[in-house]
Amino acid sequence: MLNRFFTDQLYLGLAQSAAAGLVAFAVVLLARSRKVHLESEAAVALVRGLVQIVAVGSVLVALLRGPQWTSVFLLMAMVLAAAAISAKRAKGIPGSYRIAAWSISCGAGSVIAVMTCLGVIDTAITALIPVGSMLIANAMNTTGLALNRFRSDVLAHVGEIETALALGAKPNESIAPYVQSSFESSLIPAIDSLRSLGIVWIPGMMAGMLVSGSRPIYAAIYQFVVMAMIFASSGLTSLLCTMLVRSHAFTDAEQLLLRGESH
Amino acid sequence: MPVVLRTERLTRLIGERKLVDEVSVEVRAGEVLAVVGPSGSGKSSFLRLLNRLDEPSSGTVFLQGTDYRQIPPSELRRRVGMVTQRAVLFPGSVYENLGFGPRQRGEQLAPEVARKLLDRVGLPGYLEHDVAHLSGGEAQRVSIARALANEPTVLLLDEPTSALDEASKSGVESLLKDIIAERELTCVMVTHDVAQAERMASSVLVLEQGRVQRNGTVQEVLHA
Repeated sequence: MLNRFFTDQLYLGLAQSAAAGLVAFAVVLLARSRKVHLESEAAVALVRGLVQIVAVGSVLVALLRGPQWTSVFLLMAMVLAAAAISAKRAKGIPGSYRIAAWSISCGAGSVIAVMTCLGVIDTAITALIPVGSMLIANAMNTTGLALNRFRSDVLAHVGEIETALALGAKPNESIAPYVQSSFESSLIPAIDSLRSLGIVWIPGMMAGMLVSGSRPIYAAIYQFVVMAMIFASSGLTSLLCTMLVRSHAFTDAEQLLLRGESH
Repeated sequence: MPVVLRTERLTRLIGERKLVDEVSVEVRAGEVLAVVGPSGSGKSSFLRLLNRLDEPSSGTVFLQGTDYRQIPPSELRRRVGMVTQRAVLFPGSVYENLGFGPRQRGEQLAPEVARKLLDRVGLPGYLEHDVAHLSGGEAQRVSIARALANEPTVLLLDEPTSALDEASKSGVESLLKDIIAERELTCVMVTHDVAQAERMASSVLVLEQGRVQRNGTVQEVLHA
């Protein structure tokens, strides 16, 4: 309907984003009626998302025409931004930014490096950046979920953890059930995406490849390749994140730091 | 009797606030020291410093003459057992709970030893019971047996009966009193109940705003 009113693509885009924003805001209002307050966080995220993607879109053409080595710096910048965003889900966890940065850079970074070396990801900047950003973005979501779940589980089980310590357990043993649950829950979106691939959703990458003239069967297989890489990078990131956060939750004298109150 | 536990100007600060303020006290073998004082006086904070669940800001603790910073934390906590106000049991059977401490050292608690511990705390035949089905009093008895399974030198008791109903309270208190006497355990017990301190302890430490107000035998402190 909107395309009947707007012939200019820019105005059409703005009208479409206003419509999508209105739907998103309606959901926020619905949540508010159930006493779930997302207003400020959702408003900031929507505006920020729009500004960021428009800004990146404006310079993307220039970036994608740049020399190949710039892709390394672009991916590194993405990792640092992803670490800052996911660390915000871990308030109270000491060193959460460092944990997120190391996890995402080693987890997503190693999958990108290996797959690029194997030729699965094309070294052309126009392929490396979009595919790499998908892996980093998913690793960021996984890290945020893992840190958030770890924090809430530990705070809910301070009594159990300190009882185990008081009986002579090592920190790793005392916290093992919560590390495991945060790892498992952080991977639910990646597993569900892989499971529902082609049935519930046809991802943008595949649609883009079809539009640009790739053979449908190759586009489908490559989409699976991307999803498998996302799963591998998310899994490795979550594994590293939960390992690192475990060691940051205790002092050298094996005292629980994340207690939520002062004693 | 030799001194088993000695604190030396033990202090715990949170920001500017002194939770425990230069507490120096000695506990001799077989002695039960009751720590009393109003709410927020630092009793539980003091107890948590004794097995190093919290780190002292200054001062230290000597366990059988050794500065406890020289002892690996897990070994220290095996030797200085703790029973908390509310029993926190791990999901599973009573036997799994009793064997938790020894398992941390790679040892298996013999079922016969576990049965004897349960007989002693008044829960014969409970070895395979699921802890989810225990009453508050039964759970506290299991947590006492679990602490004893580690064969501690010192037992810390943090208001061990205050979360129990009246019927369970006196049973658990007399059980603790008998076990402490039988095993000649050295104990530090936090309580807000002065009458309980009088019934169970041989010496008393009165804390107020983290500082020692009085320290001495029950007679000296409570009947002076």
